[in-house]
Amino acid sequence: MVIVRFSGSIRSAVDDIESLNFEADTIHQLFYKLALQYPKLESLLQEDIAVAINGEIYRDNWDTKIPPGAEVFLLPRIQGG
Amino acid sequence: MKMVMSREEVFRATGPTSSTSVDVKLGAKKDGTITAAHAVLRYHNGAFPGFWGMLGAMTSFACYDIKNVKSIGYDVLVNRPKVAAYRAPSAPMAAFAVESSMDLMAEKLGIKPIDLRIKNAAKEGSKASYGPTYGPIGIGPTLDAAKNHPHMRAKLKKNQGRGMACGFWFNFGGQTCVDLNIGSDGSVNLIVGTVDVGGSRASLSLIVAEELGISYDQVKTNIGDTASLGHNDMTDGSRGTFSSGMAAIFAARDAINVLKERAAKMMDVPVEDIKWENGQANATGKAHSNMAPLTLKEIAAAAAKTGGPIAGHKEVVADNAGVSFASHICDVEVDPETGSTRVIRYTVIQDAGKAIHPDYVEGQFQGGAAQGIGWALNEESIYGADGRLQNPGFLDYRIPVCSDLPFIDTQILEIPNPNHPYGVRGVGETSIVPPLAAIGNAVSNAVGVRMNHVPMSPIRILKALEDAS
Repeated sequence: MVIVRFSGSIRSAVDDIESLNFEADTIHQLFYKLALQYPKLESLLQEDIAVAINGEIYRDNWDTKIPPGAEVFLLPRIQGG
Repeated sequence: MKMVMSREEVFRATGPTSSTSVDVKLGAKKDGTITAAHAVLRYHNGAFPGFWGMLGAMTSFACYDIKNVKSIGYDVLVNRPKVAAYRAPSAPMAAFAVESSMDLMAEKLGIKPIDLRIKNAAKEGSKASYGPTYGPIGIGPTLDAAKNHPHMRAKLKKNQGRGMACGFWFNFGGQTCVDLNIGSDGSVNLIVGTVDVGGSRASLSLIVAEELGISYDQVKTNIGDTASLGHNDMTDGSRGTFSSGMAAIFAARDAINVLKERAAKMMDVPVEDIKWENGQANATGKAHSNMAPLTLKEIAAAAAKTGGPIAGHKEVVADNAGVSFASHICDVEVDPETGSTRVIRYTVIQDAGKAIHPDYVEGQFQGGAAQGIGWALNEESIYGADGRLQNPGFLDYRIPVCSDLPFIDTQILEIPNPNHPYGVRGVGETSIVPPLAAIGNAVSNAVGVRMNHVPMSPIRILKALEDAS
């Protein structure tokens, strides 16, 4: 079980809730379950979101493991200049 | 297809960064502990939606460990040219507002600005203002280094002022692949897809030389085009040395495995008994103790007879680029009659994770500071009543030249990024984040009037002095 938290700009797609508990072993599983529960989030999950797992930010790697009890934070995907 | 644009067309059509307005509120205890922070940031987006306000909101308080934080970013659509990414997009403007407010708070509390920052600096385990928890980070060490830097103790003369400011950028890695080919003469050619914008080829050659145990001049790094390699994300997010360096390390290790297999054939020993050290294959164990090692050059020369060309490859999504922090110190001299400002001393202190090629890291620090100095003092897009850009050229859009700048001193700190084999963090963007605020604080200290608008051009400074009197 992991606690998933949402940043302000993403929160509007999940009915303004701050966090959710999920069973997910990988980013891919997490995204799949989130999209089922919050269809408005689906398009964002495809390209616009990064995932911080215990403070480490992943943008692309869906195979990344999520350790049990990890702090998972969904935040907008960053670009640089 | 090739499109050629004139300088004027580039100015008019390719997109500047956002013009911005920011309101900041800070709450603190008498001892300097900041208890709450609030920012409203408005970023001009041109005619199209973007995400510049979001980046400003995310970066605004990232340097500090503050219990109660709220940042609201607005993307404001206006009838102006589009906005484009510009070195640490959105962060310098947010830092200008927050770091100016930090100085105002310090003044109110009677605390030195640097001590207020040190007291509230984020550290490993702090919850970042944009959400996640930080791993090992460098804001505290850069501030400690700034406090102890000789620059901080240097005496100032009349009409001179000193300011400091901190800055943050996320950095990222992205999709990356490299090829490493060993020629029959023992030369090593690395092909990467990250265009070199700051000296990354030299750093990547050093990385490969380190892994293979050979000299730097045996390695050449080339930038491949789209047809030469698999997909590479563009060179942005300060990712060149971080991501291609990571891929180069693993490609070199891949090549070493091939070199060991070939050496085993040439020596007629099991590959498990081959150890790669100092650029050569050594047969280990008592049975092989009399065998001379084989150099990379010797193994490469025999490649045709042992299995063909020798190469290493790696395709990687280089996540976990490691966030980056900097503290800058700036001295300025302001002519009270003309409002003209000269930067007379400037110091950049930044965490590089691991500086692979310190000269190029220093170059990135200096380049960002110079770009930020231009932004702080001169650079401005001026629009007429008809909504058209009035200064589409470098005569009137004035960037700093060498004669405008002092030598920019640097101090490289190395707090390793645990997610890179060598500890590398991106260094390219963070250095543009603090200069606007560092210069703003310095000018304000020099003239005794708070400057809250960039560029701090002579006209604006004279106007501020006039309004204050």
